[in-house]
Amino acid sequence: MSRYITRLRMRRTYKWNGRPVGEDRKLKRQYYESMSISVEGKTEDATVSLGQYILIEGDDDDNPFVAQLLKLYTDDSGKKKTAVLQWFVRMCEVPQNKRKLLGRDPHPQEIFFYQDRSCDNEVDGETILGAVQIEYVPVQDPFPVGKSRDILFVKLLWDTKSFRALDPELMQPSQSPKSPPPSSRGPQTRALPTPDPSVMKRAMSGILTRGSMSTGKMSSSEAESLHSASKLSAAKALSAKRRSQAVSGPQVRKKLDLCSPSKNMSRDDVLGELLDERSEKTLTSKLNTSPTGRISISIRLTPLNLNKEECVSPLSSHSPDKPRMTAHDKDDAASVFLGVQPIEDDDPEPLINTGRTPRKREATPRRAGLRGLKARTPSRRKDSAALREPALAALAEEEHEDSPINTAATSRSKRKSAQLVSSRIKKQLNLLGNKIGLQSDGEDGDDDDCFIPSKIDLQSSSDEEEEAKIDSEDELIVKKHRGSGTSRSTEKTRVSARTPRKTPSKKTAPATPRTPRHATPSIPSRTAPARKPGNVLEEARARLHVSSVPESLPCREQEFQDIYNFVESKVIDGTGGCMYISGVPGTGKTATVHEVIRSLQQSAEQDEIPHFRFIEINGMKMTDPHQAYVQILQKLTDQKATPDHAAALLEKRFSAPAPKKETVVLLVDELDLLWTRKQNVMYNLFDWPTRRNARLVVLTIANTMDLPERIMINRVASRLGLTRMSFQPYTFKQLQQIITSRLNRVKAFEEDALQLVSRKVAALSGDARRCLDICRRATEICEHSGSQKNSSGLVGMSHVMEALDEMFSSSYISAIRCASVQEQLFLRAVIAEFRRLGLEEATFQQVFVQHQALCRVEGLQPANVSEGLTVCQRLGSCRLLLLEGSRLDLFLRIRLNVSQDDVLYALKAD
Amino acid sequence: MCLKFYGELLEAQNQPVHSSVSWAAERHLLSALMWTPEIRHVASRKYAGQWREITGPAPVKMSKRRSAALTGAQGISLAQKLLRERLCHQKLPDQPVGLDSQYKHLLELLRRTAVHGESNSVLIVGPRGSGKTMLLGCVLRELMSLKEAQKNVLLVELNGLLQTDDKIALKEITRQLHLENVVGDKVFGSFAENLAFLLEALKKGDKSSSRPVLFVLDEFDLFAHHKNQTLLYNLLDVSQSAQTPVAVLGLTCRLDVLELLEKRVKSRFSHRQIHLFSSLSFAQYLDVVRAQLSLPPDFPDPKFSDEWNHSVTKLCEDKTVEEILRRNFNGSKDFRSLHSLLFLAVSRVSVSHSTLREADLIEAWRLISVDSKANVLHGLSILELCLIIAMKHLNDTYDGEPFNFQMVHNEFKKFIQRKSHSIHKFEKPVVMKAFEHLLQLELVRPVDSGVCKVQREYQLMRLMLEHGQVMEALQRYPQCPTDVKQWALSAFG
Repeated sequence: MSRYITRLRMRRTYKWNGRPVGEDRKLKRQYYESMSISVEGKTEDATVSLGQYILIEGDDDDNPFVAQLLKLYTDDSGKKKTAVLQWFVRMCEVPQNKRKLLGRDPHPQEIFFYQDRSCDNEVDGETILGAVQIEYVPVQDPFPVGKSRDILFVKLLWDTKSFRALDPELMQPSQSPKSPPPSSRGPQTRALPTPDPSVMKRAMSGILTRGSMSTGKMSSSEAESLHSASKLSAAKALSAKRRSQAVSGPQVRKKLDLCSPSKNMSRDDVLGELLDERSEKTLTSKLNTSPTGRISISIRLTPLNLNKEECVSPLSSHSPDKPRMTAHDKDDAASVFLGVQPIEDDDPEPLINTGRTPRKREATPRRAGLRGLKARTPSRRKDSAALREPALAALAEEEHEDSPINTAATSRSKRKSAQLVSSRIKKQLNLLGNKIGLQSDGEDGDDDDCFIPSKIDLQSSSDEEEEAKIDSEDELIVKKHRGSGTSRSTEKTRVSARTPRKTPSKKTAPATPRTPRHATPSIPSRTAPARKPGNVLEEARARLHVSSVPESLPCREQEFQDIYNFVESKVIDGTGGCMYISGVPGTGKTATVHEVIRSLQQSAEQDEIPHFRFIEINGMKMTDPHQAYVQILQKLTDQKATPDHAAALLEKRFSAPAPKKETVVLLVDELDLLWTRKQNVMYNLFDWPTRRNARLVVLTIANTMDLPERIMINRVASRLGLTRMSFQPYTFKQLQQIITSRLNRVKAFEEDALQLVSRKVAALSGDARRCLDICRRATEICEHSGSQKNSSGLVGMSHVMEALDEMFSSSYISAIRCASVQEQLFLRAVIAEFRRLGLEEATFQQVFVQHQALCRVEGLQPANVSEGLTVCQRLGSCRLLLLEGSRLDLFLRIRLNVSQDDVLYALKAD
Repeated sequence: MCLKFYGELLEAQNQPVHSSVSWAAERHLLSALMWTPEIRHVASRKYAGQWREITGPAPVKMSKRRSAALTGAQGISLAQKLLRERLCHQKLPDQPVGLDSQYKHLLELLRRTAVHGESNSVLIVGPRGSGKTMLLGCVLRELMSLKEAQKNVLLVELNGLLQTDDKIALKEITRQLHLENVVGDKVFGSFAENLAFLLEALKKGDKSSSRPVLFVLDEFDLFAHHKNQTLLYNLLDVSQSAQTPVAVLGLTCRLDVLELLEKRVKSRFSHRQIHLFSSLSFAQYLDVVRAQLSLPPDFPDPKFSDEWNHSVTKLCEDKTVEEILRRNFNGSKDFRSLHSLLFLAVSRVSVSHSTLREADLIEAWRLISVDSKANVLHGLSILELCLIIAMKHLNDTYDGEPFNFQMVHNEFKKFIQRKSHSIHKFEKPVVMKAFEHLLQLELVRPVDSGVCKVQREYQLMRLMLEHGQVMEALQRYPQCPTDVKQWALSAFG
């Protein structure tokens, strides 16, 4: 998986190269110029020397830390090797909430110069993994394309608050303020010590890139040489520039709408008519040409290409009459430029029309009708078409760049127009697929992969796939043209290729559906939006729902303050700690902690306190205590691992000294569920914060106050510490305040009614949830009765009483009252038998005798044993009686689940 | 096998006695199977279907045989089909009987979930056969007929008897929500992944834009026995937080179901309970019977349906029928037992008598109310019967204390020596064999399930029969010797 020399299973040995170059007597340090790293199993040693860019072992195998080596020294014992560094950060190391500040999608290989004084810049020399190449790219320049993925680009500076343009001087370590030993500074700062010639070559090209943008792609692809003669021009430069913009632009996907009725239809028509016959002819002729023929065409293409480019390049490409002009220019050569024009043209619509035949376009309205979803796109397109044109052309260019490679590699019939069209179809369909928010299928997965730059390896794979797709789609398109010359047949095939379950807009490219790595499950969205509350009572009900998060939590100010102070101090100090929060359900424990975190995050955003990560796990939301590790790891690093492995990784993460670590605040809800026999999960959770470098704050929540004493063994309880807090059940005043604050001046309740509810709940449990539920029920009752007479429309005492009755009254009595005659008799018989025996338990046989006697007294025909047993079982299934297993038949023992008084009361009132 | 045999018998139509015996055997078999209330509950639902299988084909065959002769045959089979659907709970009634307020409450609640996206949780509590599922079915039917709710609601139905642990339940939920497509064909790795996956899915939604999910948990109390109540906690937690709107509907017959919930689970439940207690009076009950048996006005053959409805009205006024219905009503107020009674009666209607007569109902009642063990006793030999009488005497003498074979044998020997003229003197092994047969029939059961290593003759036993059951069996036993009867009646052996 890892692209870097993985540190896991290979031992590295570190050696100083040469003699010390300087010595600091006061500190007893000896400075060195370079260090060689030999990896077990590899013959040649890697050497890192001062000024070079290196990789440092980090949390993530795929993305190790990047830094520039400033100093290397050893202490007087000579054992400990220390390196002083200038850090660089990757995008994935930038806090999530700050990533937007960049204002664009980061390049996958982009890193940022890291400027933060608080950051420790000395690391153990033995964490160095090896050298890496970093190139400085000026801010306004695009990222070079086609370089090896091992090269990283630095463009901006990240100072923990914002991205700024990086002064290239800073990259020169000699000017760096933190580079004391002058002797170690050599002229070879930029030189690449790796003797690998290919790397050297790449480096050369990199330098070239910096010098002149025009040769960006040259050295990387051999196939390019075919075209290089004709393409070494300003056009190339422009296209390269655009391409890179396209790569980094966030809207790359939103390219084209093949099917939309274009805004400049008339112009298209002209062009379309012009091209109509010829294009078809050309297509067929091209298809039939022998390889030599194809080559000749491609040769003819290039000058045109150049031509066109000359027309386009001086323009800012937004003038409306421009496309028409180009079209006229090329009228005579239409049959030839057909293949090329789409690639360079600025306007999307003519592209399509040349790429596809006009008959295709005629079919457009029908198609729009056919696919309801497509009909939506035109308006969107029109708005944005003008803006996106450059990007569009860039895209075209990109595709164009791919094509020669493909041709060279596969030697199949490849035409640019076909590729272009196919790729556009594909992109368009992708786009639609995204827009409509379909469930993530393989394609969506692809999209994600392509445009989330941190997943470099993912991207590489998807790149390959993309290429493969282009290949296969080419074939598809070629077939299409060969088949009928119209696209309607493809239309059909595409429709038929679709599985019936999918929505029409889904892409049907022959690419193999791939299981996305990160499936994004979601409940399908509803067709119509939910209705908003209509009247006061509905509004009140919506506000009283437990799920509606209030702006602030009343009545927990003290607790809030305590937790806030605790977490804040830990975050600021960069230390760790544990806190235990207890309280009966419904007293606002989790809500308060969330509130604390929310306000802390706010202040972190305003840079009042350092940034921190918040992670939440819940003992009830996992199937097994050891899953806690897995969930923490996943939330921390997005990695998936088995519980054991996750525990090991977390252990490593929290114990390893890492300089740039953010504080992690971990909320463990329902702690008691994490209990295991050896208690190692709890032990670890409480042990990590005590590590020196952990920077972990653990907040634990459970119901019982004495949980640490009851279930934890000493070493666990001791680590949990004595920072405890208990949430008392709400008093009636607090409950009242909660309801009032939630209602927030929506007048729906009478004061007395509110007081009654809160007093009742406070007396029973002090559970705020219960209180809110009762109030909600009362509004319902009010609503129903309100239609009859109640004029005030407010929830009054009677409604609240009814709701309270419903929720708190036992249903046993009404159950007995509504039971059948035989069931009531049987209950009577049970009590009679209990009285006779003087015990609270009897066998069925005994009760049955009584039952029969009672039947005779009541003048009913006595039931037989089967009926009696049925009656008994029915009472048992309601749990009015407690029964043994019915296999015991006559000898099953019966007990009452209700008090005898209740039974008698219920039966008497009857 | 049994069913086939019975079908043949019916076709032959010449041995009514045998057919009823086989009926009784069938019932006993089933009642023997239905020991626990849960199984009984499920079985009773399937049982109705089985009866249909048993009795269904017979009238159709008859009508085919004589279709040329009788014009009413089709009418009968049509009417039977209609009533069978009604009585076997295959069709929801148009309106739940006597549950109007509950119906309104539940509908309103679900409507709010469907339309406003408000999360709710509710328990529907009522004894077995009180119409919980029927009520829910009716409510859902109406809900789905609402335009706003129709396409918006996702329904997940779980049953505590089928989803016996959370792992299975989660898989089922994922399947019913069609979320498994999302992960392609990938089979879920582990329970943990599955849970995380589902929670993530539910967490992604929000009140206004996601489709509400209705979770119907049949046999809700059984879900409370799952480990840690993880599923319930999570479902109820979703219902109390701003995630995908859900409605958790629990159906249970346990009145104490809330006590089964853990504190934190209980706190998350809204404590809304809808109780279904039938407060029908007997007059209303009779009305229901009439309505259940009547044919609808849109029956294709108006003449037949008029005739039929008239006969039903007359039937309900009949004294014996009323007595039967009252006994049934006294036994239980639920409609399921009524349905099984009426079902048997309706099944007896044939071409020869095309209307429902009181004799049909009486016969049906006889079948329904027969004591399960009485039938077993009828099949015993005289020797076995004598042993049972001996045991009964021992029970009387020693006040229900357990006995062993030796005691029974002694009692039996005494009887033979003193009074018997008709009974042979059996060898002890023969008596032992008869005793073991009784043991196999579970009319006698060892006290401590044969753990002790006592010789078989001395193992302590108990008689699993009531006094009245023995006496009744003796009365009905064909050609029972008089001296045996007298011995049974005499106070002391």
